[in-house]
Amino acid sequence: GGGGAGARCHVTGTKMAAFPWHARSRNYVSESEACKLESVPLDFGDYHPLKPITVTESKTKKMNRKGSTSSTSSSSSNSLMDPLSSVLDGTDPLSLFAAAADPVTALDGARRKRDKDESSAVGSDFEPWSNKRGDILARYTTTEKLSINLYMGSEKGKATATGSAVSEKVRTRLEELDDLEEGSQKELLNLTQQDYMNRIEELNQSLKDAWSSDQKVKALKIVIQCSKLLSDTTVIQFYPSKFVLITDILDTFGKLVYERILSMCMDNRVSLPDNFSPESVNDTAKETCLNWFFKIASIRELIPRFYVEAAILKCNKFLSKTGISECLPRLTSMIRGIGDPLVAVYARAYLCRVGMEVAPQLKESLNKNFFDFLLTFKQIHGDTVQNQLVVQGVEIPLYLTLYSPAIDWILQCIAYHAPDVTTFELMLSCIDLCCVHCSALLLNSIMSAFRADFIAARSMDFIAMIKECDESGFPKHLLFRSLGLNLALADPPENDRLQILNEAWKVITKLKNPQDYINCAEVWVEYTCRHFTKREVNTVLADVIKHMTPDRAFEDAYPQLQSIIQKVITYIYDFALLFSVEKFLPFLDMFQKESVRVEVCKCIMESFIKHQQESTKDPVILNALLHICKTMHDSVNALTLEDEKRMLAALINGFIKMVSFGRDFEQQLSFYVESRSMFCNLEPVLVQLIHSVNQLAMETRRVMKGSHSRKTAAFVRACVAFCFITIPSLSSIFTRLNLYLHSGQVALANQCLSQADAFFKAAVSLVPEVPKMISVDGKMRPSDAFLLEFLCNFFSTLLVVPDHPEQGVLFLVRGLLNVIQDYTWEDNSDDKVRIYTNVLHLLSAMTQEAYIYHVDKVDSNDTLYGGDSKFLAEINKLSETVVSQILDHLKTLGKEETLKRQSQLALYFFNTILAHGDLRNNRLNQLSVNLWNLAQKHGFADTKTMVKTLEYIKRRSQEPAMNHFTELALRLPLQSRT
Amino acid sequence: MGTALDVRVKRAGKVYRDGEILSGVVVITSKDAVQHQGISLTMEGSVNLQLSAKNVGVFEAFCNTAKPIQIINSTIEMVKPGKLPSGKTEIPFEFPLQMKGNKVLYETYHGVFVNIQYTLRCDMRRSLLAKDLTKTCEFIVHSLSQKGKLLPSPVDFTITPETLQNVKERASLPKFLIRGHLNSTNCVITQPLTGELVVESAEAAVKSIELQLVRVETCGCAEGYARDATEIQNIQIADGDVCRGLPIPIHMVFPRLFTCPTLETTNFKVEFEVNIVVLLHDDHLITENFPLKLCRM
Repeated sequence: GGGGAGARCHVTGTKMAAFPWHARSRNYVSESEACKLESVPLDFGDYHPLKPITVTESKTKKMNRKGSTSSTSSSSSNSLMDPLSSVLDGTDPLSLFAAAADPVTALDGARRKRDKDESSAVGSDFEPWSNKRGDILARYTTTEKLSINLYMGSEKGKATATGSAVSEKVRTRLEELDDLEEGSQKELLNLTQQDYMNRIEELNQSLKDAWSSDQKVKALKIVIQCSKLLSDTTVIQFYPSKFVLITDILDTFGKLVYERILSMCMDNRVSLPDNFSPESVNDTAKETCLNWFFKIASIRELIPRFYVEAAILKCNKFLSKTGISECLPRLTSMIRGIGDPLVAVYARAYLCRVGMEVAPQLKESLNKNFFDFLLTFKQIHGDTVQNQLVVQGVEIPLYLTLYSPAIDWILQCIAYHAPDVTTFELMLSCIDLCCVHCSALLLNSIMSAFRADFIAARSMDFIAMIKECDESGFPKHLLFRSLGLNLALADPPENDRLQILNEAWKVITKLKNPQDYINCAEVWVEYTCRHFTKREVNTVLADVIKHMTPDRAFEDAYPQLQSIIQKVITYIYDFALLFSVEKFLPFLDMFQKESVRVEVCKCIMESFIKHQQESTKDPVILNALLHICKTMHDSVNALTLEDEKRMLAALINGFIKMVSFGRDFEQQLSFYVESRSMFCNLEPVLVQLIHSVNQLAMETRRVMKGSHSRKTAAFVRACVAFCFITIPSLSSIFTRLNLYLHSGQVALANQCLSQADAFFKAAVSLVPEVPKMISVDGKMRPSDAFLLEFLCNFFSTLLVVPDHPEQGVLFLVRGLLNVIQDYTWEDNSDDKVRIYTNVLHLLSAMTQEAYIYHVDKVDSNDTLYGGDSKFLAEINKLSETVVSQILDHLKTLGKEETLKRQSQLALYFFNTILAHGDLRNNRLNQLSVNLWNLAQKHGFADTKTMVKTLEYIKRRSQEPAMNHFTELALRLPLQSRT
Repeated sequence: MGTALDVRVKRAGKVYRDGEILSGVVVITSKDAVQHQGISLTMEGSVNLQLSAKNVGVFEAFCNTAKPIQIINSTIEMVKPGKLPSGKTEIPFEFPLQMKGNKVLYETYHGVFVNIQYTLRCDMRRSLLAKDLTKTCEFIVHSLSQKGKLLPSPVDFTITPETLQNVKERASLPKFLIRGHLNSTNCVITQPLTGELVVESAEAAVKSIELQLVRVETCGCAEGYARDATEIQNIQIADGDVCRGLPIPIHMVFPRLFTCPTLETTNFKVEFEVNIVVLLHDDHLITENFPLKLCRM
């Protein structure tokens, strides 16, 4: 502490007794009585400023161009709507204005709306294709090399039209063909899957480019060539993904053609309504549309002809009302010409897809596609397919899974809006009709396509059917997985539940391949958690551990294992119960990769913080969670991002706050001590611990009603010691300062006077280290405002800190003043003088007979010195010095560029005298008049403020014993602006 | 670009029939005023016959087939010599499509050896200094609907190794049985050719089944004639080893311009046939031929 010794030589050493300070004597009690607002009892439900504001607005207002949103601060206190978040749904006037002001966006919006309406021909309850895409692409992958063979040649039929008399139309068309890499053949071999996907994306792009540069023939050729790729079944395990990629291109094409023709129907810039009739389509548009259909009808090969026509199926709307309903059956039977059953089933899926988009009401074609598929499925036993599988080295079970996405989709289309069970029953009856492979496949697709409650209601039947499936066919674990997925969504009959679990798990546990096992188990864990007790959950977890531990199989299954934990904590959020599941912690041990382990720990802690209602001291929970928190803490290293640290700290803090040993304060403290050693790398946790310990000390005080016994006094001192040794390890200087101050206050409140002194001394000696700039949220900011705030706070505390008997009078105040004196303040700043002015407030308060506030059971200087004249003289001496410092500073501000500051500071000081000084003293009175004039001298004073101040003085003069203010007011002239 | 000339007929499809009025506009666009010596519009229709390479020489001596046969030809003067204002000038026109006597307006047809084509040609004659401007525009003629009802003529067919002709080693052929039918060989040109085909059995895998549309063009006169069959288009109806016993649809749209109602005149003939071509995996090619009669209803 550099306080005491230096104090005398600095502040008291200055000899400039110009203005002795005379503090006004106050009677705080009577002042408070006089000024207190009348207290009015508040009815529950009345307006309260801290109640959440509910913004009510009607939907129609949203659309209003002017975008006026009405916000009423109504008082429905249970509504937790945050007014800020309401901005996010676009109701704020700014974004509304922007939308209204920009016609392009408005048009865009209209188009989007139209697009939306079109796609919502099927309701939002229909899971769209876009949801399936990603899964298929992720699931059907290959490491084998792929190839793309593009032949941009001309169509045979057209090219044969030679001779001199070729019509002009044909000639130009032929010329067009020549331009476009006539006959160029591009063969791309040895592509990896990623290359392949990139190439396809390039083709998609060049399709759009060709279209936008009006090269319609080239665009058509690209689409034909792409759909031709779908007849190629080499690398068959990639086929479903290939289908996804290529049908994306077809969708693009279909959309381009449709929109082009639609734009031709624009009449006076008015586009057709959504449900236009063919009569309202003009001839040019019809002719163009017809042309597309003729062109496509002449495509030589079956598969491209099918796909391209299906892609523009919607365009039939331009030609006739019945076009689509005539086309769909024809296209459906056209698929019968496709020999390869896999290629055919995907063609069917595509047709169902475009069919659902355009005419979801035409169920017959959907059904026909399904039954045609059943009719042709026997082909997979034929030589052609079998040979192909042998050549490619693909086993039947894998091959069968390739059908799933297509059949799932077809069945989903059929199941859509078939809420009665008949369709479902019909499909089930089909299972019996077909061969074993087909039935398993069908079973699986039925489980993914139909409503979960249908499936769940007949779970036992399904289990029986699954058991009957051939081992060599469609993988059984996939069947059980599908069933499990349904049971996670809908509940089977109560009586069947246990049997279902037993039957299913009997099969699951026998799965040899860890990946198959875990994919299945992951799904069934949810069912188990949903319907059974911790005993069953424990059994299941134990089984998973048993399967995944050998050969460290868990390493390849982190996502699934994580999802299992996620499910368990979703259902079992009573942590006492959770940790009594014996295998839960051993299960966590499988997460041996640090990043995954930390993720899992975070999930658990989040759940704990979310669900734990009451504080706990359950040793099982504490042990487990401490372990989990320790794992999170230990993952922090030099490379950890600030954000991540903040998040981890918040989770750990959340835990610490929930731990309570009730009246066993010592145990509580030792928990904090233990936590400190465990979480020493996360500063926010240390800060939390200091706060917690301080709170503990105050809690002890509360329990003892302010009078500590010897034992509790010792305990409180232990708390104080904890804080005292923890604070220095923090890096943020303001955190340290504030914690010193705060802990000092706590120490004082607990009558630990010398400990409180130590805190305050530490704070005093830390002030010189405050840098001029500090980092706030990653940005460098000047620290002066923070320092000013802290110092004022500090001084307020120092009022009640009693002097140490062995140190001089006002030892701490002097120490702090010296530090302020020596601190290198920013040039051109008046902060130091502002603080000095505030110190005058403190010193004035110190001279009062009874201080404005006290700490219970602590004698402050008022009691200590009892108004001793020596003590008062000391204070006056200090005040005098401070006043002279202020005046000196005011003098230095006499230069042109600092006159404004001089004016402000003068007024500030004037106000201080007005509030705290005894104006009956002539010299002080004169000083205040001088300051008043100085403030106005150069025209920088704010007239309004001056007028208000003067009014205040006049008002005060009415009060008893304040009549000297009347005189003062007369001596304060108001400078007019002119 | 100085002056641009364009001829536009009114109908989007440019299709007209005998007895109708062909109307449209001639559009002249120019930055400056255009001086001209008159603008005329000519409607022409002709049949061009061509000899196939293999027949040239044999018939050339007696038959002058290379000379186009004129069907229709008329010219109207649209604008007398004078000056057109700058900007866009549209001059409407109307031509009655009327045949004299009992001559017939053949349907537009683009073939290999026979071509029937109709054009509108606009000529703007100009002074010596500026080149004359010409713009040609093809329009399509469809013949009138034939009177009377079209009688459907369905054909059933069965193809087995035994039914084939032109087989060298019948013994080496794999066994197969393909059955099917065409709904009618008398076809309305605007309606697709339809039918069904079932591969009942086939020892060898099927590679592909195709419909080959063939035109048979005959040019000649009393002294002799040339008859050539060429492919118009080939439409695959089955790709790969199709499911046995499952009917596969036969469906083919007749392409515009390249087909017309079956036509028989003194100088030339245009007829159509369809081949059903089955390609087996050991490259055996099986073809079944069906003559068609196309008409416009």
